[in-house]
Amino acid sequence: MKHNKKKVEINGASNMPDMPASLGSMASNKTSSWRNLRPEIDESKCIKCFICWKFCPDAAIDFIDENTPPKINYDYCKGCGICAVECPTKCIEMVEE
Amino acid sequence: MVGGEIMSKLTIPQEEIMSSGHLGCQGCGATIAMRYMLKVFGRKTMLTFPACCWSVIDGPWPYSAVSVPLFHTAFETAAIAASGIKSGLDAFGKKDINVIAWAGDGGTFDIGIQAISGAAERNDNILYIVYDNEAYMNTGIQRSSATPWGAWTTTTPVNNPKNRPKKDLVEIIAAHRVPYTATASIAYPEDFIKKLEKAKNIEGFKLIHIFAPCPTGWKMPPDLTVKVARLAVQTRIFPIYEVENGVSYKLNFNPKKFVPVDEYLKLQGRFRHLKEDGYKFIQKNVEYEWELLKKKVETFK
Repeated sequence: MKHNKKKVEINGASNMPDMPASLGSMASNKTSSWRNLRPEIDESKCIKCFICWKFCPDAAIDFIDENTPPKINYDYCKGCGICAVECPTKCIEMVEE
Repeated sequence: MVGGEIMSKLTIPQEEIMSSGHLGCQGCGATIAMRYMLKVFGRKTMLTFPACCWSVIDGPWPYSAVSVPLFHTAFETAAIAASGIKSGLDAFGKKDINVIAWAGDGGTFDIGIQAISGAAERNDNILYIVYDNEAYMNTGIQRSSATPWGAWTTTTPVNNPKNRPKKDLVEIIAAHRVPYTATASIAYPEDFIKKLEKAKNIEGFKLIHIFAPCPTGWKMPPDLTVKVARLAVQTRIFPIYEVENGVSYKLNFNPKKFVPVDEYLKLQGRFRHLKEDGYKFIQKNVEYEWELLKKKVETFK
């Protein structure tokens, strides 16, 4: 680094090769194989409170709109079962794969 | 509200910034905390991670799960790296970018305490969030100074469990007389989000201590993460409160009836060796600490 009275210059900064800071998100990593229990929503008992959506650590429950029950994204669900425990009407059942 | 509009039925912002497919364990509490934080702060955010669970959860380079610029730094320097990034952004005139240091309890309570104390003393305009899973979970469950009394870890085995209480970090940081310090829990997302919104609008050093259970390290089923986090607040083991300017305390959860501590302890394998007298000792300590906290609230009303 060369200190000039007016500005600071970093030698060779313009010669640096272009390098991607990131190639994208981890969404390419499908974590469904981690699961041995699969959550299933009984849509007739669902009261659409979206508490399962709120507490999902994998962001694997999709919110569609207010009047539709949430949908579980089985590409990413790791099967932790937080949604089944937190559901107020117990309409989510953990089924063996 | 930044981070997506709140629909009438949703109590937290809708937009999802943290991506799925990260490498967190099943039922990880730290990822729930990150999800809420990014929902509030949005994409105009820069993060610094020291060595902690999140430096693994984020995934291998060149992929990332947080969708915002992040800087992996050395174990002890999360706060100071965030201060430096903030100063750099200020020098370029980019004043609207929030810089957040996101660290685990080992990098905050033990190793990073000098950097965080320095940043707090200078009152650098950053937000420091510590997600507390009460041990060094990333390296294999070693004791940290956030581990509670009586807990099993690989370095405090059952015949010789930890015999010292948890370090009171919020008190240490509040003693620097910083504008805002708070504790929060992943089981109360609305409260956590309210605190994040508040911290976003305060100039100066802010710290939020969020309780994030770790099913792997606490030896419990992964579906109990949120339930255990809620019980920790209901039993007063982890009270949620905020401190403004280092003196003005405010309790955010103060019901008339409390849950006895055994309900919280019996769910976790790391407390399985405790007997009735151990439960009684913890209950007594919890009540003592609660009285102390209530006195502080009353004194500085």
